[in-house]
Amino acid sequence: MSALPPLDVMLWCVLALLATGVAAIVIGRNAWARWPVYCACLAISGIACAFALLHLIVHPAAAWEAVLPLGLPWIGAHFRIDALAAFFLVVINLGAAAASLYGLGYGRHESAPERVLPFFPVFLAGMNMVLLAADAFTFLLSWEFMSLASWALVMTHHRDDDNRKAGFVYIVMASFGTLALLLAFGLLAGAEGGYAFATIREQGAPPGLTGLVLALALLGTGSKAGLVPLHVWLPLAHPAAPSHVSALMSGVMTKVAIYAFIRIVFDLLGPIGWEWAIPVLIIGAATAVLGVLSALMQNDIKRVLAYSTIENIGLIFVALGLAMAFQGNGMQAAAALAMTAALFHVLNHSLFKNLLFFGAGAVLSATGERAMEKLGGLLNRMPVTGLLFLVGSVAISALPPLNGFASEWLMFQAILLSPELPQWALKLLVPAVGALLALAAALAAACFVRAFGITFLGRPRSEAAAGAHEIDRLSIAAMAIVAVLCLLTGIVPAVVIDAVAPTVQFATGTRMPVQTDIAWLSIVPIAESRSSYNGLLVFVFIVASASAAAFVIHRVASDKLRRAPAWDCGFPDASTVTQYSADSFAQPLRRVFGGFAFRAREEVHMPLPGNGNPARLTVHMHDLVWEGLYLPIVRLINVLAEKLNHLQFLTIRRYLSLVFGALVFLLLVVASWP
Amino acid sequence: MNNLAFDIAHLLAGGLVLISLMLLYQDRLTSLLNAFALQAFVLSLSVAWQAYVQNAPHLYLTAGIALSVKAVIIPLALRRIIRRLGIHREIETAINVGPTMLAGLGLIALSMVVVLRVTSEADMLAREDLAFALSVVLLGLLMMVTRRNAVSQVVGFMSLENGLILAATGAKGMPFVVEISVAFSVLIAFIVIGIFLFRIRERFDSVDLEAMDEFRGEAH
Repeated sequence: MSALPPLDVMLWCVLALLATGVAAIVIGRNAWARWPVYCACLAISGIACAFALLHLIVHPAAAWEAVLPLGLPWIGAHFRIDALAAFFLVVINLGAAAASLYGLGYGRHESAPERVLPFFPVFLAGMNMVLLAADAFTFLLSWEFMSLASWALVMTHHRDDDNRKAGFVYIVMASFGTLALLLAFGLLAGAEGGYAFATIREQGAPPGLTGLVLALALLGTGSKAGLVPLHVWLPLAHPAAPSHVSALMSGVMTKVAIYAFIRIVFDLLGPIGWEWAIPVLIIGAATAVLGVLSALMQNDIKRVLAYSTIENIGLIFVALGLAMAFQGNGMQAAAALAMTAALFHVLNHSLFKNLLFFGAGAVLSATGERAMEKLGGLLNRMPVTGLLFLVGSVAISALPPLNGFASEWLMFQAILLSPELPQWALKLLVPAVGALLALAAALAAACFVRAFGITFLGRPRSEAAAGAHEIDRLSIAAMAIVAVLCLLTGIVPAVVIDAVAPTVQFATGTRMPVQTDIAWLSIVPIAESRSSYNGLLVFVFIVASASAAAFVIHRVASDKLRRAPAWDCGFPDASTVTQYSADSFAQPLRRVFGGFAFRAREEVHMPLPGNGNPARLTVHMHDLVWEGLYLPIVRLINVLAEKLNHLQFLTIRRYLSLVFGALVFLLLVVASWP
Repeated sequence: MNNLAFDIAHLLAGGLVLISLMLLYQDRLTSLLNAFALQAFVLSLSVAWQAYVQNAPHLYLTAGIALSVKAVIIPLALRRIIRRLGIHREIETAINVGPTMLAGLGLIALSMVVVLRVTSEADMLAREDLAFALSVVLLGLLMMVTRRNAVSQVVGFMSLENGLILAATGAKGMPFVVEISVAFSVLIAFIVIGIFLFRIRERFDSVDLEAMDEFRGEAH
């Protein structure tokens, strides 16, 4: 054991983050305050990330525990770091460090730094505490801490009506999720109230209640991660926060929810039957498809990214569902493969979603616009941001050689193992889920072609976009670092797979075969005869063929300049409205999928002959989840509130009678209790 | 000796319950106050007996407070109030006496069942005491619910509080501070309600709480 156990370092880091938050309250109003605060966050997150990585590599199987005399007196606060927590600590602190670096530059545009700076480190501390907690009380406390800090960040610009609505929906959903988790832990702890995770682990699943615990865990973690139909808050709240916080919420906080799901289902609940994988698979697939379809229909670039987060969460849950299905059938190797894919995608999504939100933040600070219909042509004005955003788009679209491809490829390898499952239900379901995943992946590519193309290509659609300038170097540095990480993890996935192996071992009891020993850095998840992928080879091929093509074009092609109007690539008219717009790009997909997913309807208003007004095309879309599920609940609550309202205006004697009646009733219950 | 102690404590506590029942069917305010004074007197006897049995001299002080404040000062003051308000001849009940008495008997049975079931391991004296005390509390509450007049509600509240003191002195080792504070809180409540009564009277020419409901436009 080293002189400084990682757990101690982690807890000191949490304390340091909290102290930073307190200090930020004092200095937050000053313009220079972002330097000390974000620098401290950067340093602390960097240290935490390094130590977590060290733990994962040096002591993969070890776990440290500590009990601090905090919280409830007879429980104390248990903290623990094991392989699962360590992996997520790496992911979260990596994202946090990148966001802090980005915040150093981006923070200069913040109009109300005193509302961001104190909560930012506290939010980071909350997420770290959730990962370190080892008893239900500490866990829920940290979870709420994280929720409330992020809520405060969502409400940074609270004078905007939309943001207030987002904050309200967010806090309602967050409270609901915490309630579900509270009940889940209550069931796990049993009648004895063994709230420490170690006790729960020993007890295993409460008999006959596995399904209920699982459903509650899915509700609780799903509402934070953004599973359909609990996702409604996410596209409202994530874009409302400042961009580096959006990146943290989308790229990192959703991962904390996934950690909680893995912790409950794979660790605390003990072995569970294969049949519980079915709801997870179905919900995951529905989330993936609906998330990316909604992303395609959005016009606000940050909302596109938020909906795409929902899609990726769906993918991760599908992989987790696969791991549950395989594990329930004792297919350990396949379970390890699916779990590796899930964890790999967790890392990847945190990287490229951070990158994309940073890019969106750069566009926002350069132009003041989030609506894609007002952007365009930014690649010429912000070449570096454009290039980095392109890297993120390629990665999230799962194109080789970037990291998105590697993890989704592993996911499909796991899906291809489904014929070996013994149950017909799974044999039929998993390929269907696979088809939905493939659809989601294709739609994601279309979505990011649209996001990048409309924002960065073409001609600027507004004055703001025309006058945009490249953003500051620190923000670019943050984006560049993340982009390089996206590329590296895509080129050498074997290293990542072996690095997450201890976590996979912890969660599923076994691990994938060692990949770093295979020649040429290929990855072979099952057998050489089945499938293998070499990111390096693909990268070298792409670089070589692209360079060769460029060389050939520059050398061989004629360099004589020709000017010809011809048909001008489709828009000879100089007006920018003749370009493809975000909505027109999405129209074909909207016509195919929008009918059932959004009840989309197009209406053409043709002026009568002789009337000089322009024709209009109006699109009506409905958010079916919101209208079908949430509005009825809201109506029900309103009706109940209306009915209970008259209780506020009773006479004194009636209030006394109510109290008296309740007292007598309770006494009767006590008297007749068996 | 021990048996005698138990019997006398039992007798006094039972007397309290009996007087609570008497309170329920008094339909004239003057006789209601008389009954209340009697209850406070029995309470002070009971507390004094507990002080003797438990060998706890500070309980004598509680008994003294009960005797002087609740049996003498408060009834006299309330009597003055109702005379000044001119309502000492009024008759009022919200529910008929018969059902009220039946409900009262039911409540006594309920509190016996509850306390005797729940405290099967405690010692006999404390159990009986608690059962009676709970009966007195519930009967006081019943009185507050069934009466309309503010004065009778005050009496109901103080009778409820008598039940609390009975419970507190029945249990050994109740800190004295608590009793003092309870007694004083009742005194303060009495003062506040007294002032309140005059206010109500000034404004509505009645101490009937229904008048306030009418004022809010919610008379039924």
